[in-house]
Amino acid sequence: MIIAERKPIDEILGFLSKHQKVLVLGCGGCVTVCLAGGEKEVGILGSELAMARSKEGRPLEVVQKTIERQCDFEYLEGIRHIVKDVDAILSLACGIGIQTCAEAFPDKIVWPGVNTKFLGVNLNVGVWAERCQACGQCVLDKTGGICPVARCSKSIFNGPCGGSQNGKCEVDPDTDCAWALIHDRLARLGEVDSLREIMAIKDWSFSRDGGPRKLVREDLELESGK
Amino acid sequence: MKAASKLQRMCESGNFVVTGEIGPPKSCNGEIVRHHAKMLKGWCESFNLTDNQTAIVRLSSIAAGKILLEEGLEPNIQIVCRDRNRIAAQSDILGASALGMKNVLCLSGDHQKFGNHPTAKNVFDVDSIQLIQILDGMRKGYFANGEQMKDEPPQLFIGCAANPFADPFEFRVTRLEKKADAGADFCQTQCILDMERFERWMELVRARGLHKRIKILGGITPIKSVKAAKYMKKFVAGMMVSDDLIERLEKAEDVKAEGLQIAIEQIERLKKMEGIAGVHIMAIAWEEKVPEICQRAGLAPRPEV
Repeated sequence: MIIAERKPIDEILGFLSKHQKVLVLGCGGCVTVCLAGGEKEVGILGSELAMARSKEGRPLEVVQKTIERQCDFEYLEGIRHIVKDVDAILSLACGIGIQTCAEAFPDKIVWPGVNTKFLGVNLNVGVWAERCQACGQCVLDKTGGICPVARCSKSIFNGPCGGSQNGKCEVDPDTDCAWALIHDRLARLGEVDSLREIMAIKDWSFSRDGGPRKLVREDLELESGK
Repeated sequence: MKAASKLQRMCESGNFVVTGEIGPPKSCNGEIVRHHAKMLKGWCESFNLTDNQTAIVRLSSIAAGKILLEEGLEPNIQIVCRDRNRIAAQSDILGASALGMKNVLCLSGDHQKFGNHPTAKNVFDVDSIQLIQILDGMRKGYFANGEQMKDEPPQLFIGCAANPFADPFEFRVTRLEKKADAGADFCQTQCILDMERFERWMELVRARGLHKRIKILGGITPIKSVKAAKYMKKFVAGMMVSDDLIERLEKAEDVKAEGLQIAIEQIERLKKMEGIAGVHIMAIAWEEKVPEICQRAGLAPRPEV
């Protein structure tokens, strides 16, 4: 899922300084699961903002709402009547939701309330870790289901580099060396010899390096008749 | 076809090879490179010019290499994957080649987190093994995209690094094998401060016959102080310093003299080790001691090839 973290309250207060009435908009998707921008966080942030502003003697009217998914125009349509009456929207969705929101309401200022961190997994209470960089051409078949693009600090394809020691990455002693994980897993599966083959240079055009990406599924287009 | 580099000729001659290293300064003062070049001329076949080592901005390795050529020394250009994509890397190789440089050492590069620009974006379009492959292709006359060169290809003697002190231990030998498969001609190891581990690694290297496919130069770094040795043991990832070595330094009356003595003994040991083609002396911030080390280790004068 997409992992996000709420922005510091002062940064958010700075965004909202000139507004009198804002909609704090949560999302029921990934940010709810990673506890950054769901209904609960909307409630907490809404009260914090209102309190901070009333202390300043410049009250802020906060409207709270959380929709199923902010990355979906259909759900955003359903709140058009609320959006109409506020000065601005503070979106607690991921970067995708924030942008979809801005696109749906072109006449309304939309502020980001979270920093979108990465595509990852929840490891423990309060701990998330990156797992995928959406490079567009999956290599997990060759690397024992462990991604070197997302999990190696240098995204190398023929690791581990010389900085791998005791299974840890030189960049951070708390980070596992992805290539040590790949090596050990393939060894366990009896497939470690496959690593003797040089992995070819990657075609990054499938990644962000090919420009902003778009996926068109003609089969679905045809089916829908549009 | 242009003549092969001196380093290549030495490697092929069967003589014990000696390479050195010069770290370019954090300024545009080429005189610093020139000063080191004058001091070290004649003591080694070729000198590595580090490429923004530890991710600190420095005078470029190719520009420093040009100064070495002017001074009559042979450069070995280091090139890291951290700062260049395949376009820039190939362009730099063509440029270095046009200036008369023939030895190139391919490295991943230290992560920018350790340097003075930790907020930089890294590149890593290709890794060091893939870079070796690209360079091997270039000397055969084609670019990384498969396009044929319309002119004479660059003549390159391709090097790589190997770190017997990183993990997983046995896979370190496989990684060297991959570098040889990719086209590397020679390899310089991480500085050896744990000879026992190095010997075990060399046993595995020999068992696979890798020493017959790639020239292996053992890394030598004279240690200046006990503190430096302990720091490297504790804090530098991918480094191992044996307790014996630390103990010897601790017991020494003159630690610096002992550090030099250890380096010289290591060279003597490597000279006798099967599969070792030479040494790579990295006297970090102690370049002025290279002549003494070479002399006392019986590496002077260098043979003409």
